[in-house]
Amino acid sequence: MLIFIAILFAGALFAGFIGSLTGLGGGVIIVPLLTIGLGVDIRYAIGASLISVIATSSGAASAYVKEGILNIRIGMFLEIATTLGAIAGAAIAVYAPTHAIAVIFGFVLLYSAIVSFLKRKDSADEENPPERKSGRLIELLKVKGSYPTEKGLKNYTLRNLGGGFMVMAFAGILSGLLGIGSGALKVIAMDSVMKIPFKVSTSTSNFMIGVTAAASAGIYLNRGYIDPVLSMPVMVGVLIGSLVGAKFLIRSHTKSIRLVFAIVITLLAFEMIFNGLTKNI
Amino acid sequence: MATTTKRWNDDQMRNIMGTLLRFGVITAAFLVTVGGILFFIQHPKEIFDYTTFRGEPDRFRKVHLIVSEAFNFRGRDVIQLGLLVLIATPVARVIFSLIGFLIEKDWVYVIITTIVLIILSVSLFSNYLSF
Repeated sequence: MLIFIAILFAGALFAGFIGSLTGLGGGVIIVPLLTIGLGVDIRYAIGASLISVIATSSGAASAYVKEGILNIRIGMFLEIATTLGAIAGAAIAVYAPTHAIAVIFGFVLLYSAIVSFLKRKDSADEENPPERKSGRLIELLKVKGSYPTEKGLKNYTLRNLGGGFMVMAFAGILSGLLGIGSGALKVIAMDSVMKIPFKVSTSTSNFMIGVTAAASAGIYLNRGYIDPVLSMPVMVGVLIGSLVGAKFLIRSHTKSIRLVFAIVITLLAFEMIFNGLTKNI
Repeated sequence: MATTTKRWNDDQMRNIMGTLLRFGVITAAFLVTVGGILFFIQHPKEIFDYTTFRGEPDRFRKVHLIVSEAFNFRGRDVIQLGLLVLIATPVARVIFSLIGFLIEKDWVYVIITTIVLIILSVSLFSNYLSF
């Protein structure tokens, strides 16, 4: 048992490390590692993964919440969408067959491997987007904002609140169904759909991940998916791994490392899909 | 002047929030680690099987049992309390935001935050509801 826990811990360290280097988060890696690598039932794996997602996002958020880049109000409003989605996702997970979940997981993994490697363009840093009359809801919610840059406070307005809300709900469903943070999708909702500056989007997204994951983790806990012995090494390992990964990210050129990991993740994705289709999971 | 007070409140809110999150994660990690050590002392040889799903017993599932069982200092119960603290950390952050918006008298966001809080409570206490 000690050996099993040690392997789990090492795997979780690795998952946290890659997760923070690629920006995918530990959850995306920990689930295939537990299911394919160690033969753990996917429901236990998702439960343990959610725990690690809450730990890393809360840990990271505690550090940068003070910087004043993230927008607490936009985050709070959109958390209605993500938490509702998360509960729906967790409810689906309770009834859906596990091999179907594995196949969906594989496709999401494949997609995020591709997205994580594509170059991202900061849409909101383009020349001031044309001023548009903001809708009444946007007025009511006061969801304009500003964030500090080197050149002083930078203002931004956002648009397409409804579209962003829908994408957020979908991000919540995936998070609850698969036990991942689905941070990439949250960033897309804010950055691409709502035209919030990229920096604000990423930090607000990370801020929201913890609450989203807590919403589905509550259901999983009550349903008995969260096992203490399994979650213990996963939580501590991913937490330490992601802290190390964050330090490493600042110091090194990660382009080539990211390519290697993108390939690894793609292989894991195919493995998940294959195992799901042959009903091995 | 009104805007500067609000700004100041927001900054203060962020600081407390950061401390709150860090405190939650560290407390949880501590409990989980201590529980893990206790578990190895109490079950040095036992083998657990996770290849088939069985679902956890009530003492790892129901919030009030997780809290009360932890005081028996059995390893797994202490770990589970740590995990509960971790899940409660973002919830505490939302509760704190609610207090912040109340102080700022920002009623729109008081309502929004209350909705989020209700959704979270439904999830966390879903065992006590009938669904």
